[in-house]
Amino acid sequence: MFALLWKDLQIEFRTKETLASLLMLGLLTLLILSFAFDPMSELRGEAAPAVLWVAVIFAGVLGINRSFLTERENECLHGLLLAPVDRGTIYLAKVAGNVLFMVTAQLIVGPIFVLFFNLPLTLALPRLAVVVLLGLIGFAAVGSLFAAISVRTRAREVMLPLLLLPLAVPVLIAGVKASDRILAGKTLSDVSQWLHLLLGFDLVFLVVGWLLFEYAVEE
Amino acid sequence: MAVPAIEARGLSKTFGGLPALRGVDFRLDPGEAVALFGPNGAGKSTLLRLCAMLLRPSAGSVKIFANDGRDGAAAIRRRIGFLSHQSFLYPDLTPIENLLFYARLFAVPDATRRVDALLDQVGLIGWANRPVRTLSRGLEQRCALARALLHEPDLLMLDEPFTGLDVDASATLRAVLSAAHARGAAVLMTTHDISQGLAICRRAVILARGALVWDGAVSADDREGFERTFLGVIHPRPRAAAA
Repeated sequence: MFALLWKDLQIEFRTKETLASLLMLGLLTLLILSFAFDPMSELRGEAAPAVLWVAVIFAGVLGINRSFLTERENECLHGLLLAPVDRGTIYLAKVAGNVLFMVTAQLIVGPIFVLFFNLPLTLALPRLAVVVLLGLIGFAAVGSLFAAISVRTRAREVMLPLLLLPLAVPVLIAGVKASDRILAGKTLSDVSQWLHLLLGFDLVFLVVGWLLFEYAVEE
Repeated sequence: MAVPAIEARGLSKTFGGLPALRGVDFRLDPGEAVALFGPNGAGKSTLLRLCAMLLRPSAGSVKIFANDGRDGAAAIRRRIGFLSHQSFLYPDLTPIENLLFYARLFAVPDATRRVDALLDQVGLIGWANRPVRTLSRGLEQRCALARALLHEPDLLMLDEPFTGLDVDASATLRAVLSAAHARGAAVLMTTHDISQGLAICRRAVILARGALVWDGAVSADDREGFERTFLGVIHPRPRAAAA
């Protein structure tokens, strides 16, 4: 698994394509949505969690799609499938890589989000990081499975969001609700029901993806 | 009797309802080298991909070293080396990085030394640290050959291995394949180049319209005779005309 992950990191260090796309789309989404709200309006603060998750999800779709496009060039995915490696391990390595790239992008997008929405976050930031991390793992777990399917279709850029976003709704709802409460000063135990939902989603889809990836990549 | 490297029975594959392969029976023994000939669309690449377990048969079965891949597929894949039209190489990584990556996947012992030896063998030492994206088709094919040979497979499957290679690279490929064959590896290769195929293989199989239409011994000295056989079986005369 580490060989697979290291290979994705090597490619990213060289091309910087995934991180650049994640950052650009994340920042653009934040910028556009921050201008949609009056700086003096209370609505701006209330909308902040939704804006954060819209930026996370939009950029995430792009990054996950990109991670499988590298396997499509020169039919590299067939090279992986010919190796004596369990298909589930290939899936877990892809999920780990996608989470890593999305977390890295969030490390830059997050502080800019705080700045744009003028949020008093010093205490809430570690708690918000837990919510975002759990959400990203679940999103990458579903996304990596569907990206393996959609990358072999002609309309792959359209297909992935169409397959992924409806299934990722629980992540979005739990992520937005938990982030909203945490930005309002609540503790992690106050949002435990949403954290449990995120954790359950992560575990279920990691197991489902690990089991089904073999069929997703089969021709 | 030795366990066959490949044993296909009634092997069929359809894509979207269109048959690509129809009921092929085929056997390849360990240490044997077979050239697979056929016109475009005959089903050569499909047969190879089915044998490499990259595709699942629509009907029939294929066993590699007596294993149909349901159990112990990883162990079987460890014994297969596959060279395709596509190189399976990451364009943004260098040949060394690509080969070391695959060496890790195949758990090749002393990977660095093995990679260096193979790069030398296929004549890629001078290009070893350039991204694959910047290499010519021929150089990329050499690197793909090194990838296929990395784990010293017992069964080598090659799909049009001579495509895009210059004279020097073709000679290198022939030498490398002969060495693998001499080591005892079974070789199954598709090619449109009859001379190249007969130079390496002592048995040929001809596929046409998804069916195996000829299987027999061949000799590099009788290229013209095989060409006549080939043209005869892929363009059979209609019965009325023959009568």
